[in-house]
Amino acid sequence: MSPIPGIVASQITGHLVTNSFESIQTVTVGAGGQSSISFTSIPSTYKHLQVRWLGRQSGANTGYAVNLRINGTSSANYTYHRIRGNGSAASASAATSQTGIEVGATSAANSTAGMFGAGIIDILDYTDTNKYKTIRSLQGTDQNSSTDSNIFFHSGFLTSSTSAVSQIDLIPDGTSFVQFSSFALYGVK
Amino acid sequence: MASTYTPIATTTLGSAAASYTFSSIPSTYTDLVVIVSATTVSDAQDMSIQFNGDTGTNYSNTSLVGNGSTATSTRTTGQTKIYVINDTSNTSPSPVRINIMNYSNATTYKTVIARGDDATHRTQATVGLWRNTATAAITSVTILGTTNLNTGATLTLYGILAA
Repeated sequence: MSPIPGIVASQITGHLVTNSFESIQTVTVGAGGQSSISFTSIPSTYKHLQVRWLGRQSGANTGYAVNLRINGTSSANYTYHRIRGNGSAASASAATSQTGIEVGATSAANSTAGMFGAGIIDILDYTDTNKYKTIRSLQGTDQNSSTDSNIFFHSGFLTSSTSAVSQIDLIPDGTSFVQFSSFALYGVK
Repeated sequence: MASTYTPIATTTLGSAAASYTFSSIPSTYTDLVVIVSATTVSDAQDMSIQFNGDTGTNYSNTSLVGNGSTATSTRTTGQTKIYVINDTSNTSPSPVRINIMNYSNATTYKTVIARGDDATHRTQATVGLWRNTATAAITSVTILGTTNLNTGATLTLYGILAA
């Protein structure tokens, strides 16, 4: 790294490492697509989890939602709130008795090639069996147009269980996640 | 498990500057995170980001904003930069956190998720897109202010490596 001339800068290079953020598992979608993303056998050795992802879906549209499930639970026991900005207005909504927590929306087959949505999901205190597991998400997709360009905040939880989280699934509302979508799970100590 | 979230470079501006560039960014990480704490010389300015020195109209963004009384959403298309906060302060440093996702892949456009807040004026979240026609890896990141970033502004670049 080199500082730009004209600016007095102190730069740090080399091997400063923050030891509290560790990579656990990554799924990169191949040519055939993938109907869901699953992180299983998540170790209980961290305080929080974070999923950082980039995604696009198949299906004849320009946008589809993405939902998160905990520990393989697919019953209607999730609730969430969201704030959405679509480029022209801000709105807020909530949903109960859902089969997953909505965590955003991506581009899809009718979007311009190369456009992907991105998101960051935090799963807090995921091993504490005394409380329900709350997640929060910041996610967005920009398509250089008014078509399905959105930025979201979400928060939600699984209402039926306080079990430690050992599995996280991400479910596309479209047919599948397409090639070059990638999902990385991290642990925060 | 391997630790990650590694500082790559950091700077504190010794004099006011219109921009600052992190250059020669290694391709060895999965995501980049830029954290800025800065005031601008004038009040109520923009802060934005460019990649690889591209000043073409290849950027766009969608934002969600709360200004203390109303929530709104704005959009830009065909811009020369991604706006990560549209209302900086000349007194309270704006904490800006920019996530550049999967920056070294050569197959997709690059998507940015950012929080650009300012205690005086607003909270803001932004998704931005760089339609780099070569779908090139990002090797340099430039942070710009519409007026100068003030002396004492801090800018730090981190790399996050996925398993």
